[in-house]
Amino acid sequence: MATRTSARSTTRTASKTASKTAPAIPQLEWHRVRPAPVVLVTGPEQYLADRASELLRDTLRAEDPSLEVSDIDAGSYAPGELLTLASPSLFGEPRLIRVGAVEKGTDQFYADLLGYLENPADDAYVLLRHGGGVRGKKLLEAIRAGQGGGIEVLCPEVKKDTERYDFAASEFSAQHRRVTSGALRALVSAFSGDLAELAAACRQLLSDSTEEITEETVDRYYAGRVERTAFQVADIAIAGRYGEALMMLRHALASGADPVPIVAVFAMKVRAMAKVSGRRGGSAQLASQLSMAPWQVDNARRDARGWDDDGIGRCIDVLAETDAAVKGGGRDPVYALERMVSVISSRGTSQY
Amino acid sequence: MSVWDDLTGQADAIATFRAAAEESLAGDASRSMTHSWLITGPPGSGRSNLAYAFAAALLSNGNPDGDTATIRQVDARTHPDLGVLSTERVIITIDEVRTLVKNSNYSPSAARYRVMIIEDADRMREAASNVLLKALEEPPPRTVWILCAPSEADLLPTIRSRVRTVRLRVPAVADVADLIARRDGIDLAAATRAAREAQSHIGMAHRLATNENARQRREQTLQTALRIRSVSDAVVAAATLLEVAGQDAKAITAERDAEERENALRSLGVAPGATVPPALRSQLKALEEDQKRRATRSLRDGIDRIMVDLLSLYRDILLLQLGVGGELVNASIMPDLRRASAAATPEQTLATLDAIAEARRRIEGNIAPALALEAMLITATRRTAQQ
Repeated sequence: MATRTSARSTTRTASKTASKTAPAIPQLEWHRVRPAPVVLVTGPEQYLADRASELLRDTLRAEDPSLEVSDIDAGSYAPGELLTLASPSLFGEPRLIRVGAVEKGTDQFYADLLGYLENPADDAYVLLRHGGGVRGKKLLEAIRAGQGGGIEVLCPEVKKDTERYDFAASEFSAQHRRVTSGALRALVSAFSGDLAELAAACRQLLSDSTEEITEETVDRYYAGRVERTAFQVADIAIAGRYGEALMMLRHALASGADPVPIVAVFAMKVRAMAKVSGRRGGSAQLASQLSMAPWQVDNARRDARGWDDDGIGRCIDVLAETDAAVKGGGRDPVYALERMVSVISSRGTSQY
Repeated sequence: MSVWDDLTGQADAIATFRAAAEESLAGDASRSMTHSWLITGPPGSGRSNLAYAFAAALLSNGNPDGDTATIRQVDARTHPDLGVLSTERVIITIDEVRTLVKNSNYSPSAARYRVMIIEDADRMREAASNVLLKALEEPPPRTVWILCAPSEADLLPTIRSRVRTVRLRVPAVADVADLIARRDGIDLAAATRAAREAQSHIGMAHRLATNENARQRREQTLQTALRIRSVSDAVVAAATLLEVAGQDAKAITAERDAEERENALRSLGVAPGATVPPALRSQLKALEEDQKRRATRSLRDGIDRIMVDLLSLYRDILLLQLGVGGELVNASIMPDLRRASAAATPEQTLATLDAIAEARRRIEGNIAPALALEAMLITATRRTAQQ
């Protein structure tokens, strides 16, 4: 079921792009990449692009083991380089040419490539990685218009937890392995940062266990690990849920968050609350007065419900103290953070 | 024309240095002269000016008042026997000190002495200070070290014990006003006001007397602080003050940054607007980091000036509250001061003064300036001030 959702969401993205630029070439998901004279890999998610590139190389190598692979950096491209690599060799092996950083290419690179599109070499596969941005737009349009007989592989950013869930599910289903939805949920919450980490965890589970992967399997490998960001900790603490906030703080610290940015996030939220506290007026009006966005005003107001001026004042003082303590002014940064969470989740009344 | 002319209100220190220069030039260097000096005094009292005056006197052959050519070379920092270490960043690095120590071992080429000056010696960390110890204790026969710092306590005990200290005092307001009036041609009343508001900081007094923007920024700082009625006001005020300090700093650095970058690109041979080749990026990066450090320092200096102004404001308010009399720094905003002193108790004012000192300490410890200012201004909240 999970894979179906993912397929649907990709079609949606694809159709959105289509309505904008109307490409004449197929636009595929990363795992459906197939050999074509020109393979254009676009989108900001670098990990997916790397996987697509790997997959293409493996496919081509399976077809012909004598495949020649070469890499070009478009940013330091020398004239004629592409043609040298693409022209047929004496024994006629197939050639895969991977071009990185097309969004930073030299002018000569774009000129050469546009020339190449008009007359692509036989048995040569050119993979272009374009990370986003307007540079090289003319080239992308030419490829999308069908010149050179290319395909496009989309690597949209994976941001939401549901998208990560779908990604993990497809990793397992690609190997025809069964996995419970509880196991997937545990995995996604344990690796909510880097997509590559999540993929590595999936691969680990795939190679180590033979039967169905359940919550217990995940727990055995990544027991108790939950990735939390400083923002989540701050939200909970400001809402006054002390115990939960403390637990999340520990999770955040254990999964690699640094104390200094944690304090900065708390300071940012409390500052916004302090700004709106005690001020009347519509959010649009306040926003222009305080140079904030209207939604920021609304959020800060919601956060500040139940707080009073003295409490906010005391919290700001404690924040300054904590900032000094985590930057070397105190002996134990973690203690300083816990004290800060305690004061903030008591709305500034705790005498910790 | 003497090197000692433009130094205000430091007669004792000048006498000490002049005697040392005179005796050493006469060949009798046993009593008044030594090889390592430390000049301490509050910011703006003319520490580094005095150091350069002494250097000029030592480098001039046979004239304890300095000869014109040497004074000119010292002023331009181009004298071959003068080594200077001054910084525009937050700290002096160990490498800079090492280079200076290495240079101190050369014999003088034109004068009788080689003079090494470290402005802001308090910005050396412990490791950097230790590099200096050996050189300070036993410099080559004709090398003289002059260090400048706000107070002796800013230096390591091992450094303190190796130098002879000369203390400068805070010059009197009248002396500073006199100097400003004489040198910049400002009428005495305005000069006196500037001198008082700068709390006898000569450079600051000069700026307040001659620069309308600086005066306005100071005025804005005080009014912003006096208008704080709630936590919300305090946080907004902190942002305002930070912006004032930032503008101040940016006015100084932005233009120079762009110019330096352009020069660097030209000397690396990169055409204007062309992409920088990867091999050269590290050099540009080093330049940018340098500029960033300089920006940090000038922002901090700007914030510190604001805090000094606020200290004077709350000191005045406290004086009024206690009814002890005495000269007010900010006499020009008397009605505001009276209103503010009626709105709070002396205890609250003292707490605010403490908070300002705490904020200065915190900023020195590298905490986010916005946070330090907010915590400070919250104690300055005066709810009843409208009545």
